[in-house]
Amino acid sequence: MNMTAIGEGANRAILARLQSRERQFFLKLAAPAILGIMIVVFLPILWLSSLSLFDAAGDWSTANYARVFQSPLYQKTFHVTFIISISVTAFCVLLGYPLCYWLSRLSPRTSGILMVFVLVPFWTAVLVRTYAWLVLLQRNGIINQGLVASGIIDEPLQLAHNLTGSIIGMVHVMLPFLVLPLYATMRAIDGDLVRAAIGLGSSPREAFWRIFFPMSLPGLFAGVILVFVLSLGFYVTPALLGGGRVQMLAQRIESTITIYANWGAASALGVILLVMALVLIWAANRVFGLDKLFVR
Amino acid sequence: MTAEGKTAGQSLPISVRNVVKAYGPLRALDDMSIDVRAGEFMTLLGPSGSGKTTLLMALAGFVSPESGSIRFGGQEMVTVPPHKRGVGMVFQSYALFPFMSVEENVAYPLKIRRVSAADQKARVEAALELVQLGGYGGRRVHQLSGGQMQRVALARAMVFEPRIILMDEPLSALDKKLREQMQIELKALHRKLDATIVYVTHDQREALTMSDRIAVINQGRIAQLDTPEALYRRPKSLFVADFIGESVVLPVVLHDGAATLNGCKLKTTSSFGSAEGPYHLVIRPELLELSPDSSDGLMNDLSGEVREVIYQGDSALVLVRVGVDQEISLRVPASRAGSASIPDIAQRISLGLHAEDTIIVPETAL
Repeated sequence: MNMTAIGEGANRAILARLQSRERQFFLKLAAPAILGIMIVVFLPILWLSSLSLFDAAGDWSTANYARVFQSPLYQKTFHVTFIISISVTAFCVLLGYPLCYWLSRLSPRTSGILMVFVLVPFWTAVLVRTYAWLVLLQRNGIINQGLVASGIIDEPLQLAHNLTGSIIGMVHVMLPFLVLPLYATMRAIDGDLVRAAIGLGSSPREAFWRIFFPMSLPGLFAGVILVFVLSLGFYVTPALLGGGRVQMLAQRIESTITIYANWGAASALGVILLVMALVLIWAANRVFGLDKLFVR
Repeated sequence: MTAEGKTAGQSLPISVRNVVKAYGPLRALDDMSIDVRAGEFMTLLGPSGSGKTTLLMALAGFVSPESGSIRFGGQEMVTVPPHKRGVGMVFQSYALFPFMSVEENVAYPLKIRRVSAADQKARVEAALELVQLGGYGGRRVHQLSGGQMQRVALARAMVFEPRIILMDEPLSALDKKLREQMQIELKALHRKLDATIVYVTHDQREALTMSDRIAVINQGRIAQLDTPEALYRRPKSLFVADFIGESVVLPVVLHDGAATLNGCKLKTTSSFGSAEGPYHLVIRPELLELSPDSSDGLMNDLSGEVREVIYQGDSALVLVRVGVDQEISLRVPASRAGSASIPDIAQRISLGLHAEDTIIVPETAL
């Protein structure tokens, strides 16, 4: 009796020691990556952020932030950024949800093949895709020529170099970010659940809204947050397809530096963008538990 | 027997006529006809791929047959969509809605039927009480054990008092002990409910335990439909004899209207037709008698040499070689297993098989 008690106590001490040694080992394994991220990500961000707190003369001030919040020019930029981000997100949901639903009902083999059509553009450079859209959308582009030739319209539509063009291009770029998490979530929904709901008396439509839709929401929210946050800071597509007439935050930051060489103001905009993105992700995580979605 | 014993109530008879369902070249249901009596516990038993689940899904409406008729109490169902058939369905995977509580799951069919909130609450509680989960209403689904989930699925399938309940291997995911307990509970539940139950399983023991009648299904057709006892004692084909219960099968020769094994005429009460094709003797190991009373004129003699004795706890299985190279097995109950009555290896023993237990079946069903 006594012997086992002593033995158990000794074992517990040894096991605890082994466990802490294991923890330290894994921490050491992760150390190079953590150090790398600190040096190439966190430190530059901190340094750039600190620029926003100094004025042109190099004195400490909050003038950069005050200007961002007071100037009508900046307010217009924020306004446009949100309009575009919300529209892009909305169109991605309208296009992506039915697409994912359809894909998730097909056999895994067929949907795997069809997913290639989603993924190949995803793996193509954004710049290439944006120029491709420019070819399609411009005044003498394929779409306008087709529409005029078929007599549907008399005058070419203004599809590029404006808000419309920016949104069309961005929806195309962002769609995979909605489709991938949403499709994964829908695939994981057991088909028996919808069948059970129908068996218990729901019409197929009712079964969809009461069972399938609520179960697809975590994937939908993950996609929405991804698309929205990425849209907030998007640069290439609105810069090219907007034709200089559409100024989103990222473009404003760029012009503030290249044209006005005002690092402080640019930094303030960057910090605001970063904070908005972090707050959104944090809030989404609190409400929907996104961490559970990505870590299975 | 149970079906007749019940007072005529709400439960409906099911009548399936000449139903065909093919998947490519495979006929999952090959001109299937079957009648289930009102209030009966009918089990569809068969190996995987036999078509038993396809038949159940056709009853539920999730599989549309290419031709044939399915009637619930005289009303044609083939053209009725699944959500209007009013059957309770229990799935193998339980199919509980994971984002709802136990209570919400069970209330689902009532909510769909717009039952008042107060009525819902009372009926959900009664249904949970019936499956011995009273007070579990507030739990989340993921907090339940497998057996509890299965009970919730049962409660949900019967809470709206369907006249027909369909079950697709509902106990197959449970461990053996829990499964046997649930079989007894389900049987007791069936007696309390006024519903016809169609139950699919590939476990012949489960089918024997629970059913009023069993339809043995093979290759999209019914091999035999009978009470559990009749299926076990009087199988009509080799397939049924082999699929139900433990058995040893020996080929026999038909000669002058009598079956002979190794040249000896077998005494049997089995009636076999004059159909062509090979016949077989089916021996249930527990029906063989050790050192039989040879004065009884109805005993077949199957003497041989003991090859192996396998101790299995509740009994011992004795492998005996008869004739030149045929092996049969005999089960000796454990009450005698320790005593001298258990034969030794290489010992020559005398075995008897009563004419009533001598089952002779054709290789293919008639």
